[in-house]
Amino acid sequence: MQLTLRELFTAMHGMFFGGFFLLALFGLVVELIRNHYATQPSTLTPRGQTLERAFLIVTAALGWLAVFTGTYIVYPWYRSKPPASAAGLTAYPRYRLLSHPNTAAWHNIGMEWKEHIAFFAPIAITMLAYVFIRQRATLRQHPQLRHTIFYFASLALIACAIAATFGALIDKAAPVTGGPTITLIGSSQ
Amino acid sequence: MTGTQPTAPNGPIAAAILSAAIGCFTLGLTTIASDKSKAINAFMNFYAPSGALTGETTITIIIWIAAWLVLAKLWRNASIPLRAINLTAAALLVLGLLLTFPPFIDAL
Repeated sequence: MQLTLRELFTAMHGMFFGGFFLLALFGLVVELIRNHYATQPSTLTPRGQTLERAFLIVTAALGWLAVFTGTYIVYPWYRSKPPASAAGLTAYPRYRLLSHPNTAAWHNIGMEWKEHIAFFAPIAITMLAYVFIRQRATLRQHPQLRHTIFYFASLALIACAIAATFGALIDKAAPVTGGPTITLIGSSQ
Repeated sequence: MTGTQPTAPNGPIAAAILSAAIGCFTLGLTTIASDKSKAINAFMNFYAPSGALTGETTITIIIWIAAWLVLAKLWRNASIPLRAINLTAAALLVLGLLLTFPPFIDAL
């Protein structure tokens, strides 16, 4: 079982940071909906509050790790320019996609949108984490704010889902690959 | 005398909400500016291997954090009309989304 260094970092960016971020956002939105329809507002024990704080901080951290690893580690490999002597475009996903009219939109729409909209999610979740951790008492006194909080959480989920979906489909159409081979299981030969 | 708590000022939450919306709108603005102007695109190229995306997102984060700090200081003890904040934030979010959507950018 082998994969290249670039594949490993791409998997960490998309499947670990991005994947868990998406799952956490989905859980947050479900919890907000549940609270909206609860007959009595739930209160947490001190231990529960600590765990909730940890969940929000880890969720925000996953979001920032996903966008920063994407922007500064995976994206340069994706958009690297093939030298004139390149035998093919396999190691140059952006140019590979743009080389054919049937795949160009994966870059022109998919990647161009994904790379920007992805940043909406960690911005929104950082704001939400601050509000839930530092302003919870105030939030209880202003029910109107709960709707706004819900809209921002939904926006974060949608933005993350768009970025994750395009990321997965683009990597399927033109995988980011190359670099040293890492053997996870089995012989390195 | 009643046992009800005094209503806490909503200014810090309003500042957090509005600054997040300003951040999303800024990303839309930097994206379209970078797409439409070669000079701005070159300016945004903070880290060459990743291109203009690095400048667009770095400027966005700086403006978002700066707006948050300024608004939080201004509204620390204030009670802000929430309807106005919500409507402004919604408008900024929609514009931010539109300005990052490639077919919309191409149509401008």
